[in-house]
Amino acid sequence: MFNCRTAWNKLAPLARASSTVCRQSGKREVSRHVRRPLFARRAQMSSRATGGGGEDKFYVLLVGAACAAGGVYVYYTVSGDKARYDERLAQISRRQHRQAEPSPAPTQAQQEVAADTALESTKASEPAPVSAPGPVDPALPEFPGHAPYLLIGGGTASFAAARSIRARDPGARVLIVTEEADLPYMRPPLSKELWFSDDPSVTETLRFKQWNGKERSIYFQPPSFYVSPSTLETVENGGVAVLTNRKVVHMDVRGSRVKLSDGAEISYDKCLIATGGVPRNLQVIERAGEEVKRRTTLFRKIEDFRALEKASRELKSVTVIGGGFLGSELACALGRRSTDLGLEVVQMFPEKGNMGKVLPEYLSNWTTEKVKKEGVTVLTDAVVKRVSFEDDKVQIKLKDGRVVKTDHIVAAVGLEPNVALARSAGLEVDSDFGGYRVNAELQARSNIWVAGDAACFYDIKLGRRRVEHHDHAVVSGRLAGENMTGAHKPYWHQSMFWSDLGPDVGYEAIGIVDSSLPTVGVFTKATAKDTPRAVTELSGTGIRSESETEAVAGVVAGAVAGAVSVSAGAPAPPTQQEENYGKGVIFYLRDKVVVGIVLWNVFNRMPIARKIIKDGEEHVDLNEVAKLFNIHED
Amino acid sequence: MSYCKQEGKDRIIFVTKEDHEAPSNAELVEDDPNDPYEDHGLILPNGDINWNCPCLGGMASGPCGQQFKEAFSCFHYSTEEVKGSECIEHFRNMQECMQKYPELYPQEDESDGATSGGADTAPAEPTGTDEASAPTSPTGDVTTTGTESAAAS
Repeated sequence: MFNCRTAWNKLAPLARASSTVCRQSGKREVSRHVRRPLFARRAQMSSRATGGGGEDKFYVLLVGAACAAGGVYVYYTVSGDKARYDERLAQISRRQHRQAEPSPAPTQAQQEVAADTALESTKASEPAPVSAPGPVDPALPEFPGHAPYLLIGGGTASFAAARSIRARDPGARVLIVTEEADLPYMRPPLSKELWFSDDPSVTETLRFKQWNGKERSIYFQPPSFYVSPSTLETVENGGVAVLTNRKVVHMDVRGSRVKLSDGAEISYDKCLIATGGVPRNLQVIERAGEEVKRRTTLFRKIEDFRALEKASRELKSVTVIGGGFLGSELACALGRRSTDLGLEVVQMFPEKGNMGKVLPEYLSNWTTEKVKKEGVTVLTDAVVKRVSFEDDKVQIKLKDGRVVKTDHIVAAVGLEPNVALARSAGLEVDSDFGGYRVNAELQARSNIWVAGDAACFYDIKLGRRRVEHHDHAVVSGRLAGENMTGAHKPYWHQSMFWSDLGPDVGYEAIGIVDSSLPTVGVFTKATAKDTPRAVTELSGTGIRSESETEAVAGVVAGAVAGAVSVSAGAPAPPTQQEENYGKGVIFYLRDKVVVGIVLWNVFNRMPIARKIIKDGEEHVDLNEVAKLFNIHED
Repeated sequence: MSYCKQEGKDRIIFVTKEDHEAPSNAELVEDDPNDPYEDHGLILPNGDINWNCPCLGGMASGPCGQQFKEAFSCFHYSTEEVKGSECIEHFRNMQECMQKYPELYPQEDESDGATSGGADTAPAEPTGTDEASAPTSPTGDVTTTGTESAAAS
């Protein structure tokens, strides 16, 4: 019907025009014809009466051509209108769909916000209100159909890449698509600083006070940093947009596009896969039934932190299974609260001591003693045989017969890298380390890079590896961002990691730190300044991978800060370092070359450690190498 | 006096301050200043600004990144007697932009973004007010960009 009406409307003026033309040309012809015979009668008796069949044919041809042209014009106009009409209908239906979403859930602020702008996906009941970035124009699509830079995953690596891309490509438009409801945030505080906060609303604000009193949020940037996905294509100077609560389920590499779980498609020019991983679970817990699984936390995200924090306040006993970084940090954090909360904290793992896979045995034993002093009951050589729920308690039965009765389990037994897209994208998965297999430049295929926990990459110095640390996510994310903007750089800047066992003992490490390697440790007595607390006060940050850059950023400021905080700060806490391993350096060797270094209560020396690993030299006397660290100096 | 012990494959050396007084005879490989792979500081070997330097925090990548880059580039390449004196307009644009995002660029920090990024002296106009506050709250300066430089390294 629309067609008919438009056709008629379009045709009418044409009809009028053409009829006028016809009439006019007709008149002219007629007048011509009329005139001709008058002239012709005298001259040519034998001429044709109507004044020329040739002219007649020409007239017919002219009219025919005019009609054909008109018809063509009408056709194109009508089809163009139809296209615009269809699009308009589609927009209207999308708008209705979107407006329908918030209305059934007016009280659930989080969902509403996610539906509207997808930016303000912060906590529902946040006491400090986060300012909303302006109302979204309903005529715009919710997110672009094409993103020049598409980052799958909204974690540390993704954010670092986004920042890198924006720094190098002015006006870049970067779209981050994440399954989570939260904007990009950092994980280390979830198992460290957030637990040491005295603020009762910490689970809402996710802000923590560092040892030096400085407050910061776990979110990398507040919502105002990001642009709305709907305006990403048009905003001047580009920006970074985060599309939350969306899972990428399919990747079409040939067509350079991905498909989301709701069927929508986004095409890209350059793509980064930074999907991280999912915490592993124990088989015995998986099989243990619903009651046990309800009382088990697989710790990784903000919601896991909130659940565990609540459990620690309400329950009587929590058991951490796992003796690595996460397990030990959580055990220490819970242990510190155990006296205040009347909470029993148990940690169990198959190794002989905490960090058994990372630290040499003597240090692992020392660490275990330290964890015990934090109020944790540590069970070593503990292999879980069966878990069940009996008598209102979770019962953990170990292979050697010991039984632990607890209210809640935290499983910190490793991370399974998320390679869900490997199949549809046709990307290789590494069989030794897991994760997507990428080259030294973090590239999986043309225009596809992988960074962070999910990347199994080739390290030119140390060989193929996969690293699950915060600083690696930052370094690899940044590198991927650089390569996405044309840098062609391999993984070169060695990332580091750190761990604190409370405010008094901590270490930083770099390279391959595997306890199965032969090690050489050089130790000396510690002083009060050799503590994580002191180093945080000095550098102004608890994220120790940043303490280097903070030093670079403000050399003068740093020196002044050092003078100010050391002289005027609170009295340094007394160190409980009666053991021999006060502070020192531990070298990990592979074929007599140093491939990993642990700095034990020795801080701000990472650049030297990095240099030694980069050199890759065989050193005869490692005590001489240890001298380079000046461990006796502050 | 230092002493050693061996525990299986692991060797442990205990040293005193005196043991480490003598300078080290360990040899380190000389660094190549033109190493293309190496992460550079704020200034690249060819004199350009490294906008991806972690020391800049998120200054070059945020909503006011464009203005910041223009202002800072102008300052960096300025050859005037008073360095950056012709860049006032750029810095004003940058400040205007930053005032629109008080959460990202806290007011006492708005011009410090330029200084914390710069290894050399601060540009004339905007930091005038900050110089007085710099010595008393240096950790403040360094860490108020902390939220931005969170992913810096």
